[in-house]
Amino acid sequence: MYDMKALYEAESVEDAIRLRVEHPEAQIIAGGSDVLVQMREGKRAGKELISIYMIDALRGVSLDEEENLRIGSLTSFSHITRDPLIRKYCNVLGEAVDQVGSPQIRNIGTIGGNTCNGVTSADSASTLHAYEAIIELTGKNGIRRLPIRDFYIRAGQVDIAPDEIQTAILIPKDSYENTWGHYIKYGLRNAMEIATLGCSVNVRLSADKKTIERCRIAYGVAGPVPMRCPSAEETANGAAPTKELAERFSSAVIDDITPRDSWRASKAFRQHIAVEMAKRALSRAVELAGGEMK
Amino acid sequence: MSAQYKLIHCTINGKETEKMVDVRASLTDMLRNEYHLTSVKKGCEVGECGACNVLINGEAFNSCIYLAVWAEGKNIQTLEGLLSPEGELSDIQQAFVEESAIQCGFCTPGFIMTAAEILNTGKLYSDDELRKLLSGHLCRCTGYENILRAVKKAMYRRLGKEVDF
Amino acid sequence: MSKERTYQDPSFRDIQEDREKSEGDRDRRVGKSEVRVDGFDKASGRTKYYEDLVPPGALYVRIKHAEIAHGMVRSVDTGEAQAIPGVVKVLTCFDVPDIPFPTAGHPWSMDPGHQDVADRHLLNRHVRYYGDDVAVVIAEDEVSANQGVRALKVEYEELPFVLDAVEAMKDGAPTLHEEYPGNVLKHTELRKGDYQNAIKEPGLVCVDKVYETPTVQHCHIENHGCFAHEENGRIVVVSSTQIPHIIRRVVGQALGRPWADIEIIKPYIGGGFGNKQDALYEPLCAWCSVMVGGRAVRIDCSREETFVSNRVRHAIRFHIVSWLRKDGTIAARKVEVFSNQGAYASHGHSIAAKAMGSFPQHYPCENMECDSYTVYTNRPAAGAMRGYGMPQASFADESNIEDCALALGMDSYEFRKKNIMPRGFHDGFSGNTNYYDTFRQCMEKGAAYIDFERKKKEYAEDSGDIRRGIGVATFWYNTGVYPISLETSSNRMALNLDGTVTFQCGETEIGQGADTAYAQMVAEAVGLRSYRDVHVKSCQDTDITPTGLGAYASRQTYMAGFSIRQTADLLRDKILAYANELTRQSVACMDIACGNIIRREDRQVLMSLKELAMTAQYNPVHSEHITAESTYTIRNNAYSFGCTFAEVEVDIPMCRVTVRNMINVHDCGRLINPALAAAQVHGGMSMAIGFGLSEQLIFDPKTGRPLNGNLLDYKLSTTMDHPHLEAQFIENPEPTSPFGTKALGEPPACSGAPAIRNAILNATGVAIDHTPINPHVLFAEFSKAGLIKDAWT
Repeated sequence: MYDMKALYEAESVEDAIRLRVEHPEAQIIAGGSDVLVQMREGKRAGKELISIYMIDALRGVSLDEEENLRIGSLTSFSHITRDPLIRKYCNVLGEAVDQVGSPQIRNIGTIGGNTCNGVTSADSASTLHAYEAIIELTGKNGIRRLPIRDFYIRAGQVDIAPDEIQTAILIPKDSYENTWGHYIKYGLRNAMEIATLGCSVNVRLSADKKTIERCRIAYGVAGPVPMRCPSAEETANGAAPTKELAERFSSAVIDDITPRDSWRASKAFRQHIAVEMAKRALSRAVELAGGEMK
Repeated sequence: MSAQYKLIHCTINGKETEKMVDVRASLTDMLRNEYHLTSVKKGCEVGECGACNVLINGEAFNSCIYLAVWAEGKNIQTLEGLLSPEGELSDIQQAFVEESAIQCGFCTPGFIMTAAEILNTGKLYSDDELRKLLSGHLCRCTGYENILRAVKKAMYRRLGKEVDF
Repeated sequence: MSKERTYQDPSFRDIQEDREKSEGDRDRRVGKSEVRVDGFDKASGRTKYYEDLVPPGALYVRIKHAEIAHGMVRSVDTGEAQAIPGVVKVLTCFDVPDIPFPTAGHPWSMDPGHQDVADRHLLNRHVRYYGDDVAVVIAEDEVSANQGVRALKVEYEELPFVLDAVEAMKDGAPTLHEEYPGNVLKHTELRKGDYQNAIKEPGLVCVDKVYETPTVQHCHIENHGCFAHEENGRIVVVSSTQIPHIIRRVVGQALGRPWADIEIIKPYIGGGFGNKQDALYEPLCAWCSVMVGGRAVRIDCSREETFVSNRVRHAIRFHIVSWLRKDGTIAARKVEVFSNQGAYASHGHSIAAKAMGSFPQHYPCENMECDSYTVYTNRPAAGAMRGYGMPQASFADESNIEDCALALGMDSYEFRKKNIMPRGFHDGFSGNTNYYDTFRQCMEKGAAYIDFERKKKEYAEDSGDIRRGIGVATFWYNTGVYPISLETSSNRMALNLDGTVTFQCGETEIGQGADTAYAQMVAEAVGLRSYRDVHVKSCQDTDITPTGLGAYASRQTYMAGFSIRQTADLLRDKILAYANELTRQSVACMDIACGNIIRREDRQVLMSLKELAMTAQYNPVHSEHITAESTYTIRNNAYSFGCTFAEVEVDIPMCRVTVRNMINVHDCGRLINPALAAAQVHGGMSMAIGFGLSEQLIFDPKTGRPLNGNLLDYKLSTTMDHPHLEAQFIENPEPTSPFGTKALGEPPACSGAPAIRNAILNATGVAIDHTPINPHVLFAEFSKAGLIKDAWT
């Protein structure tokens, strides 16, 4: 039995927005795999909740008129992994969220919840950053869209106005077109794990596969919020996919990332594996794109 | 808070039901306390151990972190629902017994329900795939060895094959 | 067809019938892979655990745990909590009776010098670890109880704390218990030969190292919990425990009540592994019931409480100095054991003493100097956990033996064979003898399975980022606690009207399969058709069940074997005496086999047990309900042996170890049920993998607060963290056991971690002397060894 003050159930997006305005203190609950845990811990005990879980309109993956991938915020991880559009255009996202917690958590956990938490360890976050995803928020004055890097303000805090809920995440066509990516999660065990570090790399190769036209890399847990690595990307953009490049590319991430010491892992350890993961993720992404690391 | 209740209709183990439920209740609370389905076990109450796992519309969920009110309109299956009306074990339960996949029995209901979901796909999975599909359940007694054997055996049998361990 | 038959595998039944037809096997009920007696109920979700039995309306007791590692409670402001609707009562450490009590699940000793240390109160004013019990809130519902606990305001006078055993022994360290200045709960020593003189022998090679194991937790999936109420002026406690009869005594002690005022009921329990071989919250629960006028109250430990406020495994530091001769023999050894007891004595020094005692027997050498210290610290109380000191000792000893072989440039497999406890070795204290050449047999079987010799050579050639390695480790184990403590077992058998037997004993089923083994042993000893004709009463009630000691020390099958054989003989005597009345055949000419009274000579069936039971019960002249009950005092112990071979793959840049292959070979005597024995081994191997690679309860050095007491942050292995686990056996019959059996419950957890450690050493050349060998440790060790170099550091 949860110690909650009151539960307000939204049946539609409009309903949710109205409830947000009426109950400014209330916490939104999507799948609940974080909110309910915190409520039980006592952190959110005695709070009001607005449940949006039953809004089925926020579930599903589609292509919008500009052929951007549109993922409803309440789409569960397991449904993202199994979705044919995701598999076709952005398989790495499906693979990344297939490493969240456990099968049951992947059935309840939603991509909207994963991002709205604002936590750096979210398994979807690094890939969404590496694909320059767009966050769609709906409020009483309509829809607002912003790049995911602006959505994350600081650890645990994201840009959602008091009258808004997140309604979708968009992967722009330009991000996924002709692009292949790979995600590596580093954890202390192979399931039921929160990432010690997550690394997502995607590349677009030239037609002859001899040049990396565009490379993007993002990390989770390499800093307080998920982050891109501009220095590393710069070394790879326009370069030939070689083992030597992989070394330079991976060494360069050290200039970009800012991991910290905690009881979960030391800064030195996170830096060490960040470099190794960048190397391996880049090589795999190039292979997936049909290239070869020479 | 002043008590807040809601009438919840759902199908549990094939039977349509409705009950007034405290909105603060988890689905575990509802199934155990209102419906006396005590196969739904509490091992951590935060979705880490898998002991409270049930099928909701055919998918596995940890009922401890699922609000009871979300059960509205859903089709819920617990281990009690796998037994035939005549009291015969289903194939997967039978396999757990035969393969010594049960020791203390506390993780068993959750494991069997995930296994039921796996078998319902009608697919043949590799050992590694099975390990991943079952990875949301912790067990301290078996080292998972015989649990994997039981699921594999039942999976093969359902496809009309005999397993070669 | 009756429902209970439906889960028997038809193919399996055929095999059994075939066997029964064959001469000699006809009356055997043990040695067969029968399915569990509780299998159907557990597979169908019917089995009742304590929480499934809590009466409606029971009050919730929730505990306020200390939020400092060491200090004195000055006051507890209960006002706000008491004002919460639903809160019935708040009780604090200032309300409890001033009766210190022991909690260890040991048999009572009539010798006061041998009794467990009584250092705990129901709630504690002097809090000694982060998570100690300070107060309780009793409420009508769970939410109010939790709110009440959060609303309590505790004022402490903080004291300095110490988390490390060796630090706690130093001058100036904070004292936890006034009776134990210097924090040493107990120090014992063991001397053999003349160590100081022996090390003067010229030409010796010295290996002087420290090995260390962490604080880990049992992680049974059912948390401990219990409920209590008064019935006719007595207190009934239904608890998730391994030791109902011992709990009865401890609750009596803690409440200052006659022990017979207490009735403990143990339903099915969801695992224990030693944590529930301790009085956990039964005394507090019983007292809370009394304080609310005997109403039913429940205490349900959360997972977080289970990690911190139950019991943990002792973290132990071993300092080993081995002096070796060039010919590969050991001249002398010195072993120091520093065992981290945590805040309360619980099982106390027994664990360190057992760990120390393993060394002179495992690798006997002429000159040994051993000391063990059990030291109070401000960590959670350490108690019994599967292996009881041996997983720690095995890690240290088998790592050291590997290091010794390396230092001599010898093959470690050969070094082990040369020095390990030989056939015929006799331990004067326990009376144990190594009757067979078991270690060699086990190692050869394991080596053959895993292809040890070939792989060891092949893997030595690996040199890239990813390297393979293979390792071995061995262990020995006792069976039960004789002669340190009492070993006794009682049971009752009643012949039912259908010719089946109802069986009760105090050695508890906790998941391991004891009830099934008992059913097989009873069926064989009495002469029944099938183990299915034995109805084991798994639920134990101290008012009804014959007194037994419970589930611990890998004792149940061995100890119950004595009393089962004895009671079965008594029951058979009564049955045959009655049969004599009916058949007028001489008792000496009759036997009981396959559920019938038969004539020995020609195996002619004279009557079925059913016929006999019905006739005896309803005989208008001589009615008799045929039952038997007896107690057997066991004055034996038995060596159990085994080994692990583990194969690993080490990804050096990623600082990761993957166990690719693992086998345990055990000699636990004759197997009562091979399938359940193998299952038991798998579980122990899994625990050993966790002990070696991932499990550790971490404490904040600044506050003493446990940081990862939950199943997400404490790294219990998942299905994806294991290879196939292979269990094999050598069945040398144990001569002292009526069934030829001996310990298997704990042994599988003993040798896995050092085998993995030795495999990592084989793969990388890096000897890691502390567990868990997780990626953080590998990063540090590989950096130190120069296997990884980070240019930017």
